[in-house]
Amino acid sequence: MEAFWHQVFSGLAAGGVYASLALALVMIYQATHLVNFAQGEMAMFSTYIAWALIQAGLPYWAAFFLTLGIAFAGGIVIERVVIRPLAGSSVLAVVIVFIGLLVIFNAMAGWIFSYIVKTFPSPFPAAAPFGNKYIGSHELGVIAVTLIVLVLLYLFFRHTKLGLAMRAAAENPVSSRLVGIRVGWMLALGWGLAAAVGAVAGMMVAPIVFLDPNMMSGILLYAFAGALLGGIDNPAGAVFGGFAVGVLENLIGAFVIGNELKLSVALALIVGVLVVRPQGLFGQRLVTRV
Amino acid sequence: MHDSTLKRAVTLSGAQRPGKERMLLIAAVLLVACVLPLLLPNYRIFQLTLAMIYAVALLGLNMLTGYNGQISLGHGAFYAIGAYVAAILMDKFDVPYWATLPAAGLVCLVVGFLFGLPALRLEGLYLALATFALAVATPQLLKYKLIDDWTGGVQGIVIIKPDAPFDLPLNPDQWLYYFTLAVTVVMFVLGWNLLRGRIGRALVAIRDHPIAAETMGINAALYKSLTFGVSAMYTGIAGALGAIVVQFVAPDSFTVFLSISLLVGVVVGGLASIWGAVFGGLFTQFIPNVADSISKAAPWAIYGVVLIACMYLMPDGIAGGVRRLWLRLRSRTNR
Repeated sequence: MEAFWHQVFSGLAAGGVYASLALALVMIYQATHLVNFAQGEMAMFSTYIAWALIQAGLPYWAAFFLTLGIAFAGGIVIERVVIRPLAGSSVLAVVIVFIGLLVIFNAMAGWIFSYIVKTFPSPFPAAAPFGNKYIGSHELGVIAVTLIVLVLLYLFFRHTKLGLAMRAAAENPVSSRLVGIRVGWMLALGWGLAAAVGAVAGMMVAPIVFLDPNMMSGILLYAFAGALLGGIDNPAGAVFGGFAVGVLENLIGAFVIGNELKLSVALALIVGVLVVRPQGLFGQRLVTRV
Repeated sequence: MHDSTLKRAVTLSGAQRPGKERMLLIAAVLLVACVLPLLLPNYRIFQLTLAMIYAVALLGLNMLTGYNGQISLGHGAFYAIGAYVAAILMDKFDVPYWATLPAAGLVCLVVGFLFGLPALRLEGLYLALATFALAVATPQLLKYKLIDDWTGGVQGIVIIKPDAPFDLPLNPDQWLYYFTLAVTVVMFVLGWNLLRGRIGRALVAIRDHPIAAETMGINAALYKSLTFGVSAMYTGIAGALGAIVVQFVAPDSFTVFLSISLLVGVVVGGLASIWGAVFGGLFTQFIPNVADSISKAAPWAIYGVVLIACMYLMPDGIAGGVRRLWLRLRSRTNR
């Protein structure tokens, strides 16, 4: 039983990371109906920036928030420079450009920071909290950070004028433009926010999986699975999906099929959800008019 | 949408009756392809062989993505299956190398068809997602413990390079080149026959306007899943050829980057174009080398930049660019 609970809690911690990245995916999906394949690599690159800042002597939290700022700015620049000119082109063109970004970030990280695996510090104490034997401090911290990010985003989108404007721009661009919202900038802001949320995910997972240019490819897959499971147009659903996938993946990996096949769980989940219930658990069913 | 269908239909029927110029061009390309291995060093021959193999794989992916509009980011998985089928048959069952190709094709046809069934319900982005997951999970699946008696686990399988038969005065590299050339020509002729007529038009119609296609009496579900199967078969045969030529298969040569470079090859070569597959094969084989010589440190970054630039500047790929150049030259000479 102890092993079981241990797996559940470390699954929740991993799930927190998936949930953050899934949240980033959903934010871009809601605004543009695109799934950003480069989201994981962007998060990985942000984490390298944080690592470099920490190496340069900054305290952890200073580096953390500075990285968020850099990721936010980077997300805006990418939207303005690379994604904007593609408005109105085919899905294939967009997918190709996302793949191009993925490849570029991956190669740049390897080039600038080398492919040698690095350790990344955790801001949380090493000893398990309250002397319990189920969950470590870092894991508890990851869950807490995810929940804080979620609450902040909720407050931002629900209770600020800018958040409302961003939602309006995503929901109905034409009407939003008519009431004076700068839709283009709202989309860019969405990309910035998504990049920052992704950076949080990267910095939270790096102490667990260690830092290397390919660390995010598997995690992105779980995030996809989580976002699809919860419903790709529903942020809270995506967070739930992320946590659920984390727990499921850990339990199945530990007790059923072994750790080497864990990624196939994500594959099966993605294909399964898309086939059985494409809108996810909490998503809206998409009806197309002919 | 309708306009593009019409235009495609016109170009397709143009391809139906190959003009004299076109036949001459094809003959010239084939002649050059036959002479090259007698002049080049073995390493270059090996590279050209791989380029042809990529061209076969890309023709398969082009049927699916270019003609039928289904985006696959997971064709590396079918390439891997083809490669492993060939390697296992040669290593465990002493099957001659040439006999592994139909087997690899058949296995991939079935697997592709089965994967195509759930894919029917997925459109555009979601299909890209599902196939992306397949590509990422492939190396793990190949390393799976229960099958490592067959697959050799992480170590993979080493294959012996076949010699030229009938005492032909060719070294193994030259022989494999000609063998691959023959397979490539057969696959392209078959593919051209498949795409130039009714079936090709049905695929394009499903891509451009699925509902209109259905009203015209096209069974979209059957066509789409069959296309998935045939596409996987082409890529699987290419994978088997690749395994024979490289003499080695291992899980880590079939990462998500293989799938990505296949999709890149299709797009850069030219979507919905048979010549596009040829250009794409050359691109996939040689551009990483060129990128490597530009920047030793980050060839993939150059690759990514080329990819994005191509999307902005040349959305119909090399084949589209060449076609426009060709038409301009011809109208000038006719004047």
